[in-house]
Amino acid sequence: MSENKPAPAKKPAMSIEKAQKARRKFLHSAGLTGAVIGLSLLGYIPVTSAKTPRLRPPGALNESDFLSSCIKCGQCVQVCPVQAIKLGDLKDGFGVGVPHIDAREQACDFSCDAVQCILACPTGSLTYKKPGFLNIREGALLAAAPILKAKEKDAEPTLNLKERIGVARLARPESCLAVQGKGFKGEARSGSFKGKMRYMDVDRWKPIPVREHPYDVPLCDLCVRECPVKDAIALKPVKGADGVERMTPVVLEPCVGCGVCEMICPAEPAAIVIDAQATWKEA
Amino acid sequence: MSRFTDLFMGMLGAAPKKPKKISERVQKIMFLKYEDKDRYIKEKLHARAHHDVSHKWRNRRWAVLIATNLLFVLSFWLDIQLLEGSLTASRFAGFHLIDLNSALQIMLAHKHIIVNLFIGTFTVFLLWVLLGGRTFCSWVCPYHLVSELTEKLHLMLVDRKIVTDHEFHRGTRTVFWALFALLAIVTGYTVFETLSPTGILSRALIYGPGLALGWVGLLLLFEVFYSRRAWCRYICPIGLTYGAVGSISPLQITYHVEHCFHEGDCRKVCLVPHVLEVTVKGRASDETMGLGPDCTRCGLCVDVCPTGALRFEVKGLSKLL
Repeated sequence: MSENKPAPAKKPAMSIEKAQKARRKFLHSAGLTGAVIGLSLLGYIPVTSAKTPRLRPPGALNESDFLSSCIKCGQCVQVCPVQAIKLGDLKDGFGVGVPHIDAREQACDFSCDAVQCILACPTGSLTYKKPGFLNIREGALLAAAPILKAKEKDAEPTLNLKERIGVARLARPESCLAVQGKGFKGEARSGSFKGKMRYMDVDRWKPIPVREHPYDVPLCDLCVRECPVKDAIALKPVKGADGVERMTPVVLEPCVGCGVCEMICPAEPAAIVIDAQATWKEA
Repeated sequence: MSRFTDLFMGMLGAAPKKPKKISERVQKIMFLKYEDKDRYIKEKLHARAHHDVSHKWRNRRWAVLIATNLLFVLSFWLDIQLLEGSLTASRFAGFHLIDLNSALQIMLAHKHIIVNLFIGTFTVFLLWVLLGGRTFCSWVCPYHLVSELTEKLHLMLVDRKIVTDHEFHRGTRTVFWALFALLAIVTGYTVFETLSPTGILSRALIYGPGLALGWVGLLLLFEVFYSRRAWCRYICPIGLTYGAVGSISPLQITYHVEHCFHEGDCRKVCLVPHVLEVTVKGRASDETMGLGPDCTRCGLCVDVCPTGALRFEVKGLSKLL
């Protein structure tokens, strides 16, 4: 490129020992840097290889935006009356400390009557209204603000929620009691189950353990009965593969993906599940 | 100004410099100190003999550190809602408090700032400007306390020649700061938070332990058997972020050359001994000198100094009083 310039005046020579020591220190430091950065990048593995997406709390941004904006403080965990929100661990990679919901263990039953996790979030990872530049995925947007059954008679019956976090799906129709034409008597979940829910006929504000609220219904409709959102699910006669018409839970557009149906389903494993981060598709 | 720059560069990793000019007052002090060698030695031994080894600042600091973290834990466990959240972001009696480094990582990764984030960051910024940036490290960070204890173990093993301390270049931390910032921008993830023992420990205390504690354990083992206090000294970008903020803080530990016998006890206990370079004979250019932004204000040097040459002071205030 350019002609060789004469070498600049040499610095006072360093003793060989000192120079070696400095060199070793530099190499060690470079090694440390490489090792720590390498380890931190292992966080990619769970994020990119995740087979099933996590169910995020209400108002969550799209997954990659959610992971980048969450400050991992757990304030959403602290305000939830039923402790539905859990934080990710090291096996979640970059998702360490990021909130998620395991609907089968404890669904979001909206017993806070609003979505207080959104209010608690300091960074806008959970938000009432997404800023314009963060795109809304097709089918994530709810057609109308969901009406909370518990607030139906209030002046303001809706939840301030614009997007769904998932959609319920009858994953195992063969194990659904309604499809089998069976009723249900007893505790929805086994006696050791810790999940809680708010029952309007018990106490509007105080969630109680699901196991303390037994049922006795001629045809099992627990998912429909306990769904907190109005018109999100209904029992309808549907023709099965054998051509026989049976009562079947049918998920409707207002479904926000809260997971109560999955938690309450007495079948083991649950006949109805939430597809986390799924969007609404007209059948 | 140049002293400020030197200290700041020292925090980033530059080797401490010898002063170009030593004030006449200091020259006189040094002359008087060494005028009579016998008297000097006598005074030194006298000071040493009459030094009550106190743990005043250490005890205060541990009390504050434990109380702060306990307040987080109890706020959730007992649902008293006074200090909600964890060290990365919280709400104290309703006021947003957001860790500066976590906020920075998020802004770089997410490339968007919302009002609450800004307010919380500003509150914490003000707090640490007043208290001195790296005060966070030694007075709040739970990892600091844990590694302070394992550091003792490390020093004991070094003492018995079972392990040797491997030093890295102090500039490594600056490289890490830049790399983690770059990774946040490029990947769009807050990569640093995956490894941050501050966040992991804080969350483990409040929300219960998890696998991530294994990583913290490995770090501690590395520090016990390989390199003294390696995470805080050479890696953690939180310390550097707060150090930069604290560089303009009025609260600091000051060094008074007149009282110093240059024995170096302070440098042995210090987490960042380069800030105490000024206590080496001939390195102080002024009568009193602040220790600079990398100092965590832990007070170990204040406790260990037999002559009171190191003190907690508010800049300018001691002259007024």
